[in-house]
Amino acid sequence: MSTLIKEDILVELLATTGTGFEEVRAAGKQAFQVQGFPTNKSEEYKFTAITKKIEQSIQNFAPAAPFTVTAEEVNANIFEGYAGDVLVFANGHFAPALSSTIEGVEVSLLSEKSSIALGSIAKPEKDPFCALNQSSFEGGIFISVPKKAQIQKPILLLNFFKATAGQVIQPRVWIEAGDFAEVTFINHSVNLSDIPYFVNKVVEVKGGVNTQIRYYKLQNEGKNVIEVSNIETDIQKDARFTSVNISLSGEMVRNNLTLNILGSNSEGNMYGLYLLNGKTHVDNHTNVDHTVPHCESNELYKGVLADNSRGVFNGKIFVRQDAQKTNAFQQNSNILLSDDAVVNTKPQLEIWADDVKCSHGCTTGQLDEEALFYLQARGIGKLQAKGLLLYAFTGEVMDYITDQSFREYCIAQVQDRLGSNL
Amino acid sequence: MSKDNQILEELTSKEYEHGWSVDYEADEAPIGLSEGTIRWISAKKEEPKWLLEWRLKAFKTWQAMTEPKWANVHYPKIELQSLKYYSAPKQGNKPKNLDEVDPELLDIYKRLGINLNEQKRLQGIAVDAILDSVSVATTFKGTLSKLGIVFCSFSEAVKEHPELVKKYLGSVVPMTDNYYAALNSAVFSDGSFCYIPKGVRCPMELSTYFRINAANTGQFERTLIVAEDESYCSYLEGCTAPQRDENQLHAAVVEIYAGAHAEVKYSTVQNWFPGSKEGVGGIYNFVTKRGICAGDFSKISWTQVETGSAVTWKYPSCILKGDNSIGEFYSVAVTNNYQQADTGTKMIHIGKNTKSRIVSKGISAGKSQNSYRGQVQVMKRATNARNFSQCDSLLMGDRCGAHTFPYIDIQNSTAKVEHEATTSKIGADQLFYCNQRGISTEDAVALIVNGYAKEVLNQLPMEFAVEAQKLLALTLEGSVG
Repeated sequence: MSTLIKEDILVELLATTGTGFEEVRAAGKQAFQVQGFPTNKSEEYKFTAITKKIEQSIQNFAPAAPFTVTAEEVNANIFEGYAGDVLVFANGHFAPALSSTIEGVEVSLLSEKSSIALGSIAKPEKDPFCALNQSSFEGGIFISVPKKAQIQKPILLLNFFKATAGQVIQPRVWIEAGDFAEVTFINHSVNLSDIPYFVNKVVEVKGGVNTQIRYYKLQNEGKNVIEVSNIETDIQKDARFTSVNISLSGEMVRNNLTLNILGSNSEGNMYGLYLLNGKTHVDNHTNVDHTVPHCESNELYKGVLADNSRGVFNGKIFVRQDAQKTNAFQQNSNILLSDDAVVNTKPQLEIWADDVKCSHGCTTGQLDEEALFYLQARGIGKLQAKGLLLYAFTGEVMDYITDQSFREYCIAQVQDRLGSNL
Repeated sequence: MSKDNQILEELTSKEYEHGWSVDYEADEAPIGLSEGTIRWISAKKEEPKWLLEWRLKAFKTWQAMTEPKWANVHYPKIELQSLKYYSAPKQGNKPKNLDEVDPELLDIYKRLGINLNEQKRLQGIAVDAILDSVSVATTFKGTLSKLGIVFCSFSEAVKEHPELVKKYLGSVVPMTDNYYAALNSAVFSDGSFCYIPKGVRCPMELSTYFRINAANTGQFERTLIVAEDESYCSYLEGCTAPQRDENQLHAAVVEIYAGAHAEVKYSTVQNWFPGSKEGVGGIYNFVTKRGICAGDFSKISWTQVETGSAVTWKYPSCILKGDNSIGEFYSVAVTNNYQQADTGTKMIHIGKNTKSRIVSKGISAGKSQNSYRGQVQVMKRATNARNFSQCDSLLMGDRCGAHTFPYIDIQNSTAKVEHEATTSKIGADQLFYCNQRGISTEDAVALIVNGYAKEVLNQLPMEFAVEAQKLLALTLEGSVG
């Protein structure tokens, strides 16, 4: 048993964190105690030794204290030309003074909304970190888009993280969208700390009938971050949910994305990109659960790995017995630039219905020598030629971002990294 | 043991009250598993001391292990302590001629096109059939031994070639490998041993059929194939006719060793009793099969057609250790009614320029569950490794399932690994097209399934392929319409 799993450390963490939702927290605590921190024996965390990593990097396993973010810091981290609204968070605590009021959207603290069924979408018994968050999350935000509201401008969730006192940050987000609503979220995190910290975030998205929800996440906080993120959504009839997840840096990042398709004629899309260098370890676990007929899911994850980095991909598609006429596609492609980089991928299909079209593909390889030679023969330097080819490989993922300023920001970040070949 | 067998046994033992029934009892190990049972088996088989020690060590290892739970199969717990671990061939309750054999079985033989002598042998009948086999076996044995090939039962090999057995036993599948491999190492009853010396190309397909003493070797078989440098052999296991085996658990181990430039082709057609249409009974087939391409430029190819067994848990694998070695896996797994199959392969690339190819075709019908579980691992040293995997699933009926669990682990930047999988059902338009041309729905399904599985069936030796094709059609009979 590791030191981290010691009961007293956990008790301390539980004792010092936020109040409210006593029953929910108790259920989370119980679920966590049943599961415990994952070991390398647990199938879901087989390739991601996150418990060991936390033990090595996190000395003070206590909640990080709230702190004040300045307006300059906020302005410096908004993308050029960004025209949408901004909600600012410091260590998971909402900072209303720095945030915009969004027309037609209700934003309030979770503590003011004791009636919502936290943990009903992201169930604590499915993942130990989800349970840990439910037992001891701090702050937390409630965002509700009313029925038929078409929120054209995106909402930027700007998170600032800084380890002070403790090194554990556990934000919690609850998003609701009424029937026929449309909304776009951009999740961007900024590191203000020199000390390593552990973020354990849970986002629950409750969509209504015929909603259009887009959730983009850019992960580029540098080397001090150990992060587990659980995003889970229920997709109702005629609705569409799109996720784009771009991971550019971090010590160890684990993204759990779960789509529960509960209404027919709906669609779930998951797109991802990871560019890894140094010793970065990124693990993307996605899970689509088709429970009803006539739905579609698309998945495309691409990765470029250099140095000693490690990329893990696990895509699960469940097609339940009643989910006839399902179309599910999944693709994971990787390019390895170094012999010390490792890819572990597991595209998994579990199909219980017969009238379906499901396919998955998975490739791992390297840049085509001939294409590289072609470019070099035309006077393009090797570094630049590689950058071009890598961008040709990865660029597709960014095309799924609808907001122009954010897309351009992501492209610039990606091109910058690819230009120097990571 | 089923009630039928009990009754049969009672009847036959009455008839021969003073004869062999005493012997018969002596040829069965006491029920249960303990060190004593293992000593009993070892003594019965007059094994050397080292083998007994090896068995006991395996038993100790096994005691510390727990039953694996990760496979996507569900079955009631197997009471290992209530099994018999050694049973000599049941001489007494064999039918005396074909008229006494279950007509249902005979019908299946007929439709599979198995000739009369073979039918008799399968049922263990009649003097002439055995005589036939003996003559056949000895002819082949003569040819083989001229070339220096050793092909005999495992017990025989232990007695006659102990140095070879000692060297290679457990070298590919160590006793610590998994729960069932450890159990097999402790209690294995018999099996086949095959040794091809350096530079020899085995002139014929080696098959258990030609080895008369292989019949009824029991539920814990052990097969060891050693192909020295520059040799070649093709080995056929199993049999296309249904085996009405009463054993609940079948835990075999197959080990293949291939030296430099050697090639081994291993084909299986497995058609154990799959249980009744209601899912009662049937064999639990938990098999560990692994080959090592130890030398450079060696090749191991697995081909399997899995149609039987209530539960199958089987992953024929290749360790590609030698540079430029090749591993291949071709599989058709058919499940119908309440059958469950969790099968696939592991390709471990260790040497440079190693290549592997996986073609897996799953067909699920009725209320069955069919899983492909595979791993492709490219180690750091394996420069220019190449893998292509394709796993397709065909679904028939809306109460069956098809699952894919591929693990792909790459540690070398020069690796080229591709994996693709599709799941679909037989199109109504395809069936309609056939119906319109006067082909009945059942025949049309057989036609389409055979086309779908062709890529794998083509890898089988000719006679086997013909029978396998018919077997596919038989297994799926009644699953459509």
